[in-house]
Amino acid sequence: MWTWFYKLASPPYVYGAAAALTPWFLGLAAITMGYGLVAGLVFAPPDYQQGDAFRIIYVHAPSAWMSLFAYTSMAIAGGIALIWRIKMGHAVAAASAPIGASFTLLALFTGSLWGRPMWGTYWAWDPRLTSELILLFLYVGVMSLRSAFEDPARGDRAAALLGLVGLVNVPIIHYSVLWWNSLHQGATVAKLGKPSMPGSMLWPLLSMLLGFMLFYGAVLCVRLRGEVLNRERQAKWVREAIKS
Amino acid sequence: MNVGAFEAFTLVVRRELCLSFRRPDQLLQPLVFFLIVTTLFPLGLSLQLSLLRDMAPGVLWVAALLSSLLSLDSLFKSDADDGTLEQLALCGQGLTVIVVAKTIAHWLVTGAALVLVSPVVGTALGIPGSAFATMMLSLGVGTLTLSWLGAIGAGLTVGLRRGNVLLSLIVLPLAMPLLIFGAGATDRAVSGGSPAGALYFLAALCVFTCTLAPFAATMALRITLE
Repeated sequence: MWTWFYKLASPPYVYGAAAALTPWFLGLAAITMGYGLVAGLVFAPPDYQQGDAFRIIYVHAPSAWMSLFAYTSMAIAGGIALIWRIKMGHAVAAASAPIGASFTLLALFTGSLWGRPMWGTYWAWDPRLTSELILLFLYVGVMSLRSAFEDPARGDRAAALLGLVGLVNVPIIHYSVLWWNSLHQGATVAKLGKPSMPGSMLWPLLSMLLGFMLFYGAVLCVRLRGEVLNRERQAKWVREAIKS
Repeated sequence: MNVGAFEAFTLVVRRELCLSFRRPDQLLQPLVFFLIVTTLFPLGLSLQLSLLRDMAPGVLWVAALLSSLLSLDSLFKSDADDGTLEQLALCGQGLTVIVVAKTIAHWLVTGAALVLVSPVVGTALGIPGSAFATMMLSLGVGTLTLSWLGAIGAGLTVGLRRGNVLLSLIVLPLAMPLLIFGAGATDRAVSGGSPAGALYFLAALCVFTCTLAPFAATMALRITLE
């Protein structure tokens, strides 16, 4: 029953599995994102308040969701690697961090573009924006800690531990920031209440969410192969894999 | 020689305190830094006392965070450089006991000292005397929590040559809840409200980190030491 788990510890197996999974992830991501983009940008009706500007949600919301998802998977992969001493976990964590940071940056960027016409400002110290920004700092911390060590194995484990500490802290930070603003809020930021979306808007969004997840899977597989090759560059199977 | 865990704890605390009191300049540096940073804000902003009083809790807390951060780098560094830390790790006591002792001692010479200086700074920034109790209590609890978070960061960066900036990069995002609740409590006390809610949150954070952080910091040291 546990053989699949042990297999995951073997670099050649991970390398091969990532290569085999990549086209699947990519293909499914293209289908779901294609549907989501066309249905969301063309067929969904414009919002009654925000007009066509609301359509940025089809990029913004999935990337914000993925920023958290990528952090969680990075921390869990690092934790698995710390506890069971599975080196491939560190490779997954190392491959996941830059993707997650990019999603965070994308969420912040699209969010501020959305904020300009809606709130009249690119940046507001809204709890959600602030905690997303802190998440970006956490990503930067984990990535720079990993690369700061001369011994890569040590950097891996230090980054994994920091990722876990951050995972415990992310909900605390999020709720503290939420609480902070509700305490201080003088002039209320025109907050977009969550309208119950009609299906013609909701389905493309869910499809985009799934598509972003699949896209993350595809990029993770590609990056993971690079990580594995780099980490195992002394191994014999790598030379054979490169030749063939 | 058999030494119990508690005895080892007191021995290490005493050693740390003794070491830091032999170097009074290093002991005073974070405090002077604290004073200088709080001086900078009125100079850079405005001399209006009403405006200053509104900003005071935030200024005070940011300065306190920065100055505790400044001294965190030395928490394990000098002991790691001359090999003392390895000896302590091998001495037969659990490394966690050593870590707890060192962190408590660190808090006593930085955090507790900050608390003692804070009324002076508070007066200069126009914080009313009625808010001093809340300010000192929140600073005390907050800096203790920060020392714990910092112990994790210092443990992770102890082997690095330029770990100082990285340490801030790691610890500051984790410390943001402290700033929010600490400055919030002081702010409430200044404006005459009840700071109890924010203080309770601060205390909860402190208890939470005191229970988990020793193990995380020990693990961090084990990773970087071996």
